[in-house]
This record gives sequence, structure tokens and C-alpha cells, in this order.
Amino acid sequence: MRVALFLTCVNDTLYPDTGRAVVRLLGRLGVDVDFPLAQTCCGQAHYNTGYRHETEPLARHHAEVFGEYDAIVTPSGSCAAMVRELYPRLGERARAEGRGEELAGVLAPVVPKTYELTEFLVDVLGVTDVGAVYPHKVTYHPTCHGLRSLGLGDRPRRLLEAVRGLELVELPGADECCGFGGTFAVKNAGVSAAMGADKMRNAESTGAEVLCAADNSCLMHLGGTMSRAGSVVRPVHIAEILASTEEEPAR
Amino acid sequence: MNETFVGMPAFPEAAREALDDTTLRGNLRHATHTIRAKRAATVAEVSDWAELREAGSRIKEHTLRHLDRYLEQLEESVTAAGGTVHWAADAAEANRIVTELVRETGESEVVKVKSMATQEIGLNEALEAAGIRAYETDLAELIVQLGEDRPSHILVPAIHRNRAEIRDIFRTAMAGWGRPAPEGLSDRPAELAEAARLHLREKFLRAKVGVSGANFMVAETGTMVVVESEGNGRMCLTLPETLISVVGIEKVVPTWRDLEVFLQTLPRSSTAERMNPYTSMWTGTTDGDGPRAFHLVLLDNGRTDTLADEVGRQALRCIRCSACLNVCPVYERAGGHAYGSVYPGPIGAILSPQLRGTASEIDVSLPYASSLCGACYEVCPVAIDIPEVLVRLRERVVEGGPAVREGNRVVLRPARGHAAERAAMRAARWTFTHPGALRTGQRLASRARRLRPRTLPGPGAAWTATRDLPEVPAEPFRDWWERTRGGKEETT
Ligand code: SF4
Repeated sequence: MRVALFLTCVNDTLYPDTGRAVVRLLGRLGVDVDFPLAQTCCGQAHYNTGYRHETEPLARHHAEVFGEYDAIVTPSGSCAAMVRELYPRLGERARAEGRGEELAGVLAPVVPKTYELTEFLVDVLGVTDVGAVYPHKVTYHPTCHGLRSLGLGDRPRRLLEAVRGLELVELPGADECCGFGGTFAVKNAGVSAAMGADKMRNAESTGAEVLCAADNSCLMHLGGTMSRAGSVVRPVHIAEILASTEEEPAR
Repeated sequence: MNETFVGMPAFPEAAREALDDTTLRGNLRHATHTIRAKRAATVAEVSDWAELREAGSRIKEHTLRHLDRYLEQLEESVTAAGGTVHWAADAAEANRIVTELVRETGESEVVKVKSMATQEIGLNEALEAAGIRAYETDLAELIVQLGEDRPSHILVPAIHRNRAEIRDIFRTAMAGWGRPAPEGLSDRPAELAEAARLHLREKFLRAKVGVSGANFMVAETGTMVVVESEGNGRMCLTLPETLISVVGIEKVVPTWRDLEVFLQTLPRSSTAERMNPYTSMWTGTTDGDGPRAFHLVLLDNGRTDTLADEVGRQALRCIRCSACLNVCPVYERAGGHAYGSVYPGPIGAILSPQLRGTASEIDVSLPYASSLCGACYEVCPVAIDIPEVLVRLRERVVEGGPAVREGNRVVLRPARGHAAERAAMRAARWTFTHPGALRTGQRLASRARRLRPRTLPGPGAAWTATRDLPEVPAEPFRDWWERTRGGKEETT
């Protein structure tokens, strides 16, 4: 099976540790991932801000880069949701505008082969115990796209529960949005900040040291909020926890 | 739409008031979280909820596709049952029709049962200009009217008020509208309800004209349906001699049988009740029972324009249950008034800019009043994909494109004020379709990483006002990958 790592532009630029963690983790599980260097961005920010026509070339480029692989793994629920949910919609809209099947045809191959990391581990590799060690108190925030668009369900929890030394504590109001929402964080900064502050307080109330999620963009917003407020909780991507071992512990 | 709402500032500004008001945020948080939990429990009792949701969505979708046919059938049935049907293309026409109908009765006051359509068109103000006083009789509407306030929730228009505030409103304002509040009125709910009952009873018994909305209209029989909790609506529907119902054209359903689905999903979604306390149905007029004259005013006011958009038209499936408001994290913090319309929350964010167009400051900003978290879609009993419609409307704002306005095909131009964003999006698209350029940008960022500022200028300031920026890593992932061939030749 030829597996590609779709790291996403945010992780590539700002969170390379997450990418390294995915490579290490999958390597440990016997999966040799490839990182096609031509990859850039799935187009989610463009699409969600209303630039559908600007999104099309990005989606096309993405599908061309990844089309030949058997599976495409990404440590980002929202980018996985972009491909799985919204690429078909881009094709449909092009068809409705009388531009034929071409775009739909180009995008279709990557749709069923794209997996969010925890889905890939549980559904494709069939593992929940990935042999990780992480002796910290952790609370998990299921981000909106993972929760509602992809329906990740309890997959991330099952993976975390199997990590040795990890104490998982319930996050109050877990399924409420953290307030990131891409350009929403800037366009409606006041409401976004209020949502982030509530999420931070909920995380603090659990006594956890670490707030874990499967999306670095949400963690960027929450991490920025917590760092500014001088919170004791710190954000960590789930891939880094799952990659953590005694020999190579994550922070 | 409602006069009190025009000239609203854009959403982020309008939301600021609510964000700063801790009492208001507390009231909203408490109310929405309570009803949210109750709704989830009542919905969980129904084993075939998913099928009901699907059926409701399909019935509405089918009706919208053949709306012309069902509206004609409705007109025939209502007329055959002794009612009179009037067609109103917009707010002004609807107001004119209702004012004329009231004038013909020779009356100068009307009682009203909660009707969002009449608020949408600003009927109370239009009647007042014609010397006719309209009395709201729904408890929450009464509070809003006496408080010279605006509704902030679909189902609980006074959700932003707490008990003490309501007592104060009753004490100071009731006398000016009829029977004054009892001496020494406290803020106990039972006392407040009794004060409202006494105040309203006087009006029910005196009024000769009633004005209502409707939750559903049944095409095959011409039956109108109002679903409510207090019984005040039933008084308005049965006691007056003349009844005028103002209803949006999207409220029609084909058959009596279709009601079965909605009478299950509506109460559970809205008030978290298994069945609502009062379901009133009336079909034309009947000798010796109820109003002697019945008028149905069918309101378009932007609805057929909305119908023309294949993505946006699903907003017309809405049964106004308000479940989406109660789960919306943005509504919870920004409050209902920030949406600048009688339709607040997620449904308001997609309905208002379609009914009114995206010309005003508030309507241009509403499609962005969401983090696209999807909670509204998940909860909606007719499966309206609100996030999808929001994105569609954003597209209309920034890219323009074809639309229908007042029945005419037009090509909308992109809204002003998005030029910088558009340029940035184009530049980003160019970078992302040229991987070499992306890498150059990443390296520049890495080199400048020590400069990580605490505050950013321009739009970035909205981020750094409350949040720190992430640290830029020394090396982007792709450089590490190339240098080490994916960790196989790791040297550091
Ligand atoms: S959009 Fe759906 S959830 Fe919201 S009020 Fe309408 S029917 Fe209810």
C-alpha cells in the first residue's frame, strides 16, 4: 500500500513537529509514508471564506499530487473534511454551472482515500494501542470537523486511553466549538475570543496539564489564548502524544 | 423588513454590546443550555428521529419545488371554505392589505398572536401610522412590546430578560397599554403570569379583529395551523369577528397527513415537549363558531428570489423551531439583537441576507457570523445545511454572481470592502499552486521568526488583541523531509 502524508499547509509551516510525529508513529506501526513535495494546501480557507473559484485550482492541484496513492493520511480533521465533504460539492457546483464532469472527475479519486490520522489508525490499520507512553494528565477537545463532519466518534479517545501513563480527564462542554473557525477568528474576533476563553476555562477546570486535539489550527487559537492568559494548560496535537515513547518522549 | 432593524451596524460591532453585558450573557447562557439539554433528552426518546428528520426535509423540499401548484391549490381550498386570499409581493403591499382590511371593519385596535411574518414586515408600525393599535398577546411578545424592545429569539423573544427585569417592565409600562400591573407585583413567575393574564383578558374580550401568523397551511383542505404553549393564540383565533392571517408562502404543506411529521418534530425541537399544549387549526369560516370573516395574506417578500438559488433555497424549509439558536455558540455570546432581524441565530444569518439581499452593512456581515462548527445543521429537524448556505452567501458577497432580485435575473457584483482580502486570497492561491513559492515564503518566515510580534497591525490586530501568535519553527516540515529523507538520514 502506497501511503501519502498530507500534512496541510498550516502544519508544514508552523507545526513541523506534528508531521515528524506522524512519520515516526506510522513508521513504528510498519507504514512507510511518502511526503509528495508538490503538496501545498487543500483550499479550505479559500472555500470557507467564499472564494469558491479560487479554491478550484487548489483542489485540482491537490488531487493531482495525491491521486495515485492508495491512502492519504492527514493529522487534521478539518482538512480531511474539506477533501471528503467539500471536494464532491465543488464538482457538483461546477456541473450545475454547466461546466461538465471534468472537475468532479479530477477530484473524485482522492475523496474516498483520504483519512484523518485517528481514522487511519483505527479503521485501516486496526490498532488502538499504538505502544505510546505519555505520563501526563490530558483532556481531549474533539474539534468540530472531526466530531461532526467526519464523525470520528470515540476513535481518538480509544487511542488515548491505550497510552501508558496517560490520565484522560473529561472536558466539560467538549463538543462546543473552540471559536477558531478560520477567518472567523479575525472577522468576529470578539465572539471568537469569548468562545476560546470559555474553552480554556473548561480545560483548566479539569486540572489537566495538556489540552489535546487532532487539529493544529484549533490548537493554535487555544494555545494563543492560553499563552496570553498565562494558563498552566498547554496545547499538544494527538499525533505527538501517540508518537511519544520512553526513548523519545514528547514534551 | 422591520423598521426598527434597518441601519444596523455590521454583526461584529452589534455583537460587542452583548459581549460586554455580563447579565445578558448570563441570561442567554442559562436559557440556551437548559433548553439544549432538555431537547437532547426529548429527541433521544424517539427511536425514528433520523427518519422523521429525513421525511420533514423531503416534504418541504418537494413542496418548494412545486410551490406554485400548492399555493394555487391552497387558494382554492381556502376560498371554498369561505375565506379570502390576498397575495402580497412585499412588506409594503402586505401592510397595505392588512391596514385596509382592518379599516373596513371600522375598528382601531387588533389583538395579535405571535407572528414572525408580521414582525418581518413591520406591521405594528404600519398599523400605528394608520391610527390602529396592535396588542401583542403572546407573553414574551408582550414583554418585548411593553419594554419597547426588540425580539431576540424565535421562540422566546424576551430570552434576554430575566424575571426582575420583566417585573420592572410590567410595573412601569402595563398601565400605558391597558390594565395596570397589580399592586406590589413580585418577580415570582406565577405572579408575573397572572398579571399578564389579567392584562390580556381585557383585550381578548374587547377585540373585534385578530391578526395571526401560522406554522403550517395545508393545501388540500385550506387548513391553517398554529402551534403554541399558552392558549393566548387560541383566544386570538376564536374570539374576534374578523381574523387576518399573514403567512409566508413557504409555510404550505401538501396534505393533512404531512402535519403528522412536523407535529412530532416541532415541539420536541423547540420547547423540548413531547407535544405542544395548544395546536389550533382553522379552515375558512363556520356559522356560529369563531370569526365570521377570514382573510389569508400570502407573503412573498423575497421568498421566490430565495427559491431561485439552488443552494440557498433550503433555508425556506425552516419550521422556526429555534433549535439552531439554542445550540449556536455564536448566538449564545452575541445575543439575538446583533443579527438585526426578527430571525436571529444561524437561521437568521442565512435567511435575512437572502430575503433582504446583501446590500446593507448588517446583511453583508451576517454570512460571516459563524465559525461553521456545524452544530446547527446537526440539530435542525428539517436538515438545513446552514454552514453550506453560509459559505454560499459568503461566495455571493466576495465573488458576486448570478441571483434573482424581485423576480429579475441579475448579476451581483462583489460587495465593497473585500478588495484587500480578495487580493490576499488570490496571492495565497498563486503561492499554493506554485510549491516553490510556498517554500520561499516559509523560509522567509523561519528567518524572521525571532521577530514574532506581540501585536500585529491591520486585520491581524484582531488576532493579537487576545491571543499570542504561534512560534514560527526554525525549519518547515518539507525542508526537514528533504534534508533527512523523512527521518531516514536524521543527523540532528
Ligand atoms: S433552521 Fe432548522 S433548527 Fe433552525 S429554526 Fe429552522 S427548522 Fe429549527
